[in-house]
Amino acid sequence: MADRDGMVEKRGAGLWLTHLGLIIGIAFIFFPIWLAFVASTVEQQDIVRPPMPLLPGGHLIENYTRALTAGINAPVATMLFNSMVMALGIAFGKIAISLLSAFAIVYFRFPGRQVFFWLIFLTLMLPVEVRIVPTFEVIANFGMLNSYSGLILPLVASATATFLFRQFFMTVPDELAEAARVDGASPMRFFFDILLPMSRTNIAALFVILFIYGWNQYLWPLLITTDPEMNTIVMGIKQMFPSGDDFAHWPTIMATSILAMVPPVLVVIGMQKLFIRGLVESEK
Amino acid sequence: MATVTLKNLKKSFGKTDVIHGVDIDIQDGEFIVIVGPSGCGKSTLLRMVAGLETVTSGEVQIDGKTVNDVEPMDRDIAMVFQNYALYPHMSVFDNMAYGLKIARVGKPEIAERVQNAAKLLQLEPYLQRKPRELSGGQRQRVAMGRAIVRKPAVFLFDEPLSNLDAKLRVQMRLEIKALQRELGVTALYVTHDQVEAMTMADRMIVMNGGVADQIGKPLEVYADPATEFVAGFIGSPPTNFFDGALIGDQSGRIGVRPEHIRLSDTGILQATVGYAEALGAETLVHLRAEDGSQITVRQDAALPIPSEGETRALTWDTAHVMRFHENGVRL
Repeated sequence: MADRDGMVEKRGAGLWLTHLGLIIGIAFIFFPIWLAFVASTVEQQDIVRPPMPLLPGGHLIENYTRALTAGINAPVATMLFNSMVMALGIAFGKIAISLLSAFAIVYFRFPGRQVFFWLIFLTLMLPVEVRIVPTFEVIANFGMLNSYSGLILPLVASATATFLFRQFFMTVPDELAEAARVDGASPMRFFFDILLPMSRTNIAALFVILFIYGWNQYLWPLLITTDPEMNTIVMGIKQMFPSGDDFAHWPTIMATSILAMVPPVLVVIGMQKLFIRGLVESEK
Repeated sequence: MATVTLKNLKKSFGKTDVIHGVDIDIQDGEFIVIVGPSGCGKSTLLRMVAGLETVTSGEVQIDGKTVNDVEPMDRDIAMVFQNYALYPHMSVFDNMAYGLKIARVGKPEIAERVQNAAKLLQLEPYLQRKPRELSGGQRQRVAMGRAIVRKPAVFLFDEPLSNLDAKLRVQMRLEIKALQRELGVTALYVTHDQVEAMTMADRMIVMNGGVADQIGKPLEVYADPATEFVAGFIGSPPTNFFDGALIGDQSGRIGVRPEHIRLSDTGILQATVGYAEALGAETLVHLRAEDGSQITVRQDAALPIPSEGETRALTWDTAHVMRFHENGVRL
């Protein structure tokens, strides 16, 4: 390999040191996850009795089957499904709504256009906690407690995503819209045939972020789902902790934690390909 | 296959007037070039004909019908944009077919029309490619193809060649002209390049500050410019201008084209030789008159090139002298 004096390409001891540093860093971050995994493969008494085991035990299948089918308050499979519905609903809902509102703001001249844009922008400045009580009130009055629509709808509006798409649409040359107009495309046709395919890289990137955002929702599901059958997995883990004198069943809880991590990881890995391909074939 | 008529067409953005009233009757099949410097309103004029810009006052008529409030797609026009405006995610075929698909033309007919256009433009091997996989000239052709397949009554070109390199530009301007002749379609073509205007136009509109200074056949405009602006803008190198007083003539400004001036020993005007540009077939000699006016002489390459700093006399046939009023209007 050619000699370069760049910072990245060091050779010999430097290279090994770099790798050693990275490996230690990863091990440091990965260790708690490893412990959780180990705890999900042993029996309850192995965990309670010090020292904690550091190598996986032989109860992996048994523990995971128990978690998925029975769980503690509700089967984890149900909670996974609930989380999946909520995360997908939020991701798709947010993308659809912000695409449309960005389209309206960028391509249409209507009275109060700027006002509406700033209204959307303003919502960025209010943290969720400030509006969570009134939101709860509204959802409760609509009778949407313990329902998927109650989980999803209050979270589908997104100022950030609207802003992102607005910025992207503003980089699309005006001539493209004009060419479509000369070709006879109606505004919605232009949106679906041209704008949407051109935004697919942005949509993919946003989907990853929004899916994880939806998956990791904690406070909102905790407030509006009282029925264990409607629990999402992230809040469900907390619900598994016993109240009072009961003892926690750690292998099941740890198995649930590991299961809760899998879908976001799969989404990131799965979308990464599309993401990078989108970046490489830069268009416009 | 249509006439276009502009009647006292005006445009203002807010309080700024950009076009101060343009009138022209364009014949069926005529190639009209709108030429002028940046900001003269030539693109705005074209976009008003296209329907992409609203008309402030006056009338746009296509084939005798007033189309002021008609959507672009219903005006029976096709437009070629400066940056081509190809849809980046669609193949060449889909780019050309898009307008037809929207118009609900049958699939076999779409395929046939696109094939014909592709053949005409030598785009057949590229039909399945994406625009980013094409060269500038090919993209230009796709943009043309997209206009052709719709069989419009009027072609509108908005500086279509300005993103191409010089050699390709010469080639494409011949192709566009040939294509327009072959299809017999009325065309409006906007450019800031006076060479394109001279070579392509049946008639040209020379725009200056939102006013059509002159409308006429290229050679007529060249030989007989209506204003000092037109005389300076059309022709390269531009016409030489100086005060009439310099040659003992009191009537405003004088204009003489570089090719009409000869260097000699005795003549009308004395000037100091500056730099000389030998272009091969001809030589451009830049001189400075007593009052500081710059004068360019275009002479045959066979003639001797004067040395820098030398004082020479300039002479010309008085028949070639153009006289202008101080306000720029030809006398």
